[in-house]
Amino acid sequence: MNDQPSKTISILLTLLSYGAVVLLIVLPVVLILHEALRQGVHAALETLKDPEARSAIRLTVYVTALVTVINTAGGIAAAWTLTKYDFRGSRFLVSLIELPISVSPVIAGLIWLLLFGRQGWWGTWLAHHGVHIAFAVPGIVLATLFVTFPYVTRTLMPYMEQQGRATEEAAFLLGAGFWRTLIRVTLPDAGWALLSGILLTTARAMGEFGAVAVISGHIPGVTETMPLHIETLYNGYQSVAAFAMAALLVLFAMTTVLIRMFLERSFRKQHL
Amino acid sequence: MSITLKDFTQYAPRSSRKLLDDIALTVEDRSFVALVGPSGAGKTTLLRAIAGLSSHSEGTLLIDGIPIHDRPVQDRGIGFVFQNYALFRHMTVARNIAFGLDVLPRSRRPDPASIQHRVTELLDLIQLPHLAKAYPDQLSGGQRQRVALARALATGPRLLLLDEPFGALDPLVRRDIRRWLRDLHERMNLTTILVTHDHEEAMDVADTLVVMQEGRIVQAADSATLNATPATPFVMEFLGETLKFPGILKAGRFIPDNQDVAPFPFEGIDGRATVLIRPHKVALVALTGNASVERRPDSPNGLFRYRVLTNSGDFEVTSPTQLSSEELQNVHIQISRGKVFYEP
Repeated sequence: MNDQPSKTISILLTLLSYGAVVLLIVLPVVLILHEALRQGVHAALETLKDPEARSAIRLTVYVTALVTVINTAGGIAAAWTLTKYDFRGSRFLVSLIELPISVSPVIAGLIWLLLFGRQGWWGTWLAHHGVHIAFAVPGIVLATLFVTFPYVTRTLMPYMEQQGRATEEAAFLLGAGFWRTLIRVTLPDAGWALLSGILLTTARAMGEFGAVAVISGHIPGVTETMPLHIETLYNGYQSVAAFAMAALLVLFAMTTVLIRMFLERSFRKQHL
Repeated sequence: MSITLKDFTQYAPRSSRKLLDDIALTVEDRSFVALVGPSGAGKTTLLRAIAGLSSHSEGTLLIDGIPIHDRPVQDRGIGFVFQNYALFRHMTVARNIAFGLDVLPRSRRPDPASIQHRVTELLDLIQLPHLAKAYPDQLSGGQRQRVALARALATGPRLLLLDEPFGALDPLVRRDIRRWLRDLHERMNLTTILVTHDHEEAMDVADTLVVMQEGRIVQAADSATLNATPATPFVMEFLGETLKFPGILKAGRFIPDNQDVAPFPFEGIDGRATVLIRPHKVALVALTGNASVERRPDSPNGLFRYRVLTNSGDFEVTSPTQLSSEELQNVHIQISRGKVFYEP
C-alpha cells in the first residue's frame, strides 16, 4: 500500500501555503509600501523628517534597545533558575511567565496605569517625589517589558532543559565559577535559542501598541512610539506619512527576521 | 590522594529518603577502586559525593584528611569523567581539553603557548592528535570518551573519578580502553575510582571492588577475597552465575530440600539455610542418584554445559571435562564446595 499523499495533493498543499503567505504576509507589506510611495519617494522621506515623527522613531529605538537588554538578562536568569533548579512553586512560575502572552496588552497597560497613574495606588506618592511613570517614558518601558518578558525565557527553557546539568557540573569541576560557566559554557551552547529569543523580543518591543497606548497617554512628540504615531497620523488623514512610518517599522522588523535567518544559517553550518 | 568517608548519609532532595546510607569507606592513595552494584545501588551518587557535587548530606568526607568543601574547586585536584562525557559542544576538542587551564585564575594560568603544548601532549596521550579542531558532535563514542578523559587530566589531577566510563562503547574498544586506563593510572600515579555495573570489568581493572546495594556498601575487598568469602548471598550472586539450593542445617549436616542433591557435613547453628554455588563447582557422581543429565550443544570458553534434571527442578552446570554417556545416568549431585548462608 502507498501511504504517501498523491502528487496532486502535495502540489495543491504547496500552492495553498504559498497562497496563504502571499495573501497574508506579502500583500500587506506591498500595500504598505505602495501607499507610502503614492506621492513618490521624496514625499515619503519628507514626512519622516517631521519632528514628531523623528521623536517617535527615537523613542521606539530607545525603548526597544533598553527593553531588549533588560529582558535578555532577566530572561536568562529566569530560564536558568527554572530549568536547572527544581524548587517549590517552580511549575507555577513557569505558567506565570507565559501570562503576558495570554493577557491582552491593553490589560497590561491598565495594570501599570492603576499602579502608577495619577489616581493610581502609588501615583500620588511618586508624583510628590517628582517621579513620573504613567504618561512618560518609564511607563512605556515598563509596559513593553511586561509584554515582551516571555520570549527569551520561553525560547531558552526547552534548550536548557535538554542541556541538563552535566556540562555545567563538568565546567564547575574544572574550576570555572558561576559566571564563567554561564558565559563560556551554558549560553554559547544555547547560542541559537538565545539569539532567537532576543530577536523576537526586539521585534515584539518595536511593534507593541496596546499596552503602550494605554500607559503613554499618546502625547505626540513626547510619549508617542512609532506604532502610536502611525495611528495618530492615520486618524489625521495623513496617510502618506502614516504609511511611510509603517514602512519604516516593517523594515525594522524585517531586518530582525533576516538577521535571525542569517544567524541560523551560519550557526547550522558551523555545527554540521 | 586518599579519601575517607565516615557515617556518610545522603538524602534525596526535599525528602528523607536515603540515597546513601551510613557509608564508611577508605580509599588509599594510588589505589584503583571500582564501585559496583546493580542500577539504583547508589554508585554514581557516591562518586558524585566524592567529587563534591552533592548537597543534602551529613557525615564526614575527607580528601587527604581535609573536608572537601574547605578547599576551592581548583585546588582539589579531582578529574571527573561523566557518563555521557558532558563535552562542550560549541568548543573544539582542543578547547574542551584546555578548558580547565583556560579558567584558572590569571596568576596561575599558563601562557597560551604552554596551554597549547599541554593540549598537544594530551591529544597524543589519547591517540587523537589529528582531531584537535574537530567538534564533539563529529566524534565516535570512544573518541568522545577519551576527549573527556583528556579534559579531566589537563589540570593534572591526582584523583580521577569515572562514571560508567565504558558504558556506551562496543566490547572491543571497551577492553582496549580498560587496559589503557589501567596503564595510565600506574604511569601518572593516580588514585582512580570508577563506577560500573559490570563485575567482570571491575575485576579486570580495579584492585578493590566496593559492592553496593540499596545505598549501602555490602563489601569492599579485592576480587580474590570477594570470591573466597562473599559477605552476603547478594555479593556472591552479583559476582557471577550462581545456583541456589535451599535446605536445612541440622546436627552438623546441611540437608538440601532437593532430594537429588546430596547432604554434606557442615558445622553451624541449626535452622534454615541456603547453599550458593558456582555452576562449575557442582560435582556430578554417576550411578548413585536419581537425576539425569543432558548435554547442551554449545561449550563456551572451552567448558562443557550440562542440564541437570531433578524431581524438584532443572539447572545448568559446567564442567571442564566431557562426561561419558554412562556418567549422565542416575546422577547424584554434590554441592559441598558451595557457600552456606543462613536465612535471615
